[in-house]
Amino acid sequence: MNPFARAFRNRAGDLALATATGAATLLILGILAVILVDVIMNGAPRLSWTFLSSAPTHGMTQGGIFPAIFGTVALVLLMTVAVVPVGVATAIYLNEYASPHGRLTRAVRVAVNNLAGVPSIVFGLFGLGFFVQFVGTGIDRAFMGGQKAFGQPALIWAALTMAVLTMPVVIVVTEEALRSVPRELREASAALGATRFQTVVNVVVPQAAPGILTGTILAVSRGAGEVAPILFVGAAYFLPHLPSHLYDQFMHLGYHVYVLSTQSPDVDATKPLLYATVVVLLTLTFLLNAAAIVVRSRMRRRFAQAAA
Amino acid sequence: MVRTPPSSISSPAPAPAPAPATASRSLAPLVLRPPPRWHRAAELVIRALALSAIAAIVLILFFVAKESLPLFTDSEVRKEVTPSQMWLAQQWPGYDEPDHIWQPVSDVPKYGLWALLVGTLKVTLVSLLFSVPLGVGAALYVSQYAPPRVREVVKPAIELLAGIPSVVLGFFALMVMATFVQDAFGLESRLNAVVSGLALSIAVIPVVFTISEEAFGAVPRSYVEASTALGAARWQTTLRVIVPAASPGIAAAVALGLGRAIGETMIVLMASGNAAILSASLTDSVRTLSATIAAELAEVVFGGAHYTVLFFLGSLLFLTTFVINLLGDWAIHSMKVKLGVAA
Repeated sequence: MNPFARAFRNRAGDLALATATGAATLLILGILAVILVDVIMNGAPRLSWTFLSSAPTHGMTQGGIFPAIFGTVALVLLMTVAVVPVGVATAIYLNEYASPHGRLTRAVRVAVNNLAGVPSIVFGLFGLGFFVQFVGTGIDRAFMGGQKAFGQPALIWAALTMAVLTMPVVIVVTEEALRSVPRELREASAALGATRFQTVVNVVVPQAAPGILTGTILAVSRGAGEVAPILFVGAAYFLPHLPSHLYDQFMHLGYHVYVLSTQSPDVDATKPLLYATVVVLLTLTFLLNAAAIVVRSRMRRRFAQAAA
Repeated sequence: MVRTPPSSISSPAPAPAPAPATASRSLAPLVLRPPPRWHRAAELVIRALALSAIAAIVLILFFVAKESLPLFTDSEVRKEVTPSQMWLAQQWPGYDEPDHIWQPVSDVPKYGLWALLVGTLKVTLVSLLFSVPLGVGAALYVSQYAPPRVREVVKPAIELLAGIPSVVLGFFALMVMATFVQDAFGLESRLNAVVSGLALSIAVIPVVFTISEEAFGAVPRSYVEASTALGAARWQTTLRVIVPAASPGIAAAVALGLGRAIGETMIVLMASGNAAILSASLTDSVRTLSATIAAELAEVVFGGAHYTVLFFLGSLLFLTTFVINLLGDWAIHSMKVKLGVAA
């Protein structure tokens, strides 16, 4: 082939491939933009302080979503309390204690990977079968004299179910953070006579703190948005009172969106409210995700500087 | 930022016996108290907590399977339904010939699984048809052609896309996409396999993108350099060196995307129409396994036949995604070994 033809073919080939793959990228960004624009255009006008701070009225066609916000926040707070210690401990074990190729290490990693892939609805079944039926009913039998308190769908069981679901997020992100802590810091600590545990607590964990924070934020974002796992484990359509006990049911932003958009008798009347609720839910998860991205990129930059 | 060194420095080993009198006094400060006992306890707690992921998987499998066991053992449940009735066509009163029907809430409850399985398959297929080319294409663009600045926009954007709760995607599909698709193709039912598959693909794209992008990034530089040195153009290197080298990673991306698509619940629950129709048409309303569990479990009698069958569906979902995920992980691992970048 003569050189000109070859140069032309190479140019054309690159152009075609870059255009095709670039178009795919553009289409994905376009989908994101369309969703955001549609939701914000339809939802933002309905947002107000009253909407955020009052309870739904008139068969959910008026009023606000405060109980749903309250329930979602309570859920993710309890979930965080449960998942962070467990997730961080697992990551510390995997990265600081375990032999990298040991059988147990591999088993834990396989379990974490598979846990991340379990369908969210199966977590719902698990929450019902394990937490509500087994643990809850067990507690009732042992401490409540058989009276039904914990043996039914409740905030605490939803939070724990969500904690199991978000555990892989915390583990994976924390482990990545621990791995990026320079080896020299551990060696310096050991050279000063610190035990492994002292090194972990005083050197490694403080250095990896932004990463642990990232993992927590991502878990919270995930936990705030998932609905399928809590369908049968404690979410309620409408409650006249805010939950005040761990064994109360609760309202939830995502569940609110689901129920209102599929089971409302008057979809047109609830539509503006529904869009506004979606805006709140999206804002919540996006702010959390954006915070995670910022914290993580700062941490990477810091370690990049430290390495240079 | 450098942390101040730990304030209490102590020897790693348990304190040695008191130094003999002849030892030099200057060494004494080095013989500090041993680490407090609770350090040991804390380490044990860390080791124990590290097992919780394994415990979680085992408990999930055990408790979901346990609730579906009566299907095989309990005579009360088996009066209403047996596994073979779920898989084989049954002669129902009022029907001309044996048929697969899912109608658990009726005078004669019918638990024919095939409508749900085929429904799940249809929705999953549509979603992969869109998400795989788009996800892999975008990953190729970002890893091969995109200038760094574009890359820094695209990657966080796709992370944001992954962060959209599935209930929001379901809502969007229900409110916007369903009408759009119906008008565009003149379809009879507003909610169908196409709409829910399309909405599902939005949730699957980030999975496929992230894993394939990682796979393309794992191809060693030396491969590219060797190919370039032989006179290959960039597109030739991309298509004939990078893509083949990363192919197990792409397979893994497809597998994990498939796992996500099969298990996803809220999107299909809201956008598929939920009619259990056994047909090959993509424009019929469909009911998937996950949506069936979500829609029906709230109204069943605890421990009854219907309850048991729904847990059986859950076990089926769990096992399917479990196997798919294992295959995906294995593909990623084998690629890393092949490329010599295994951790």
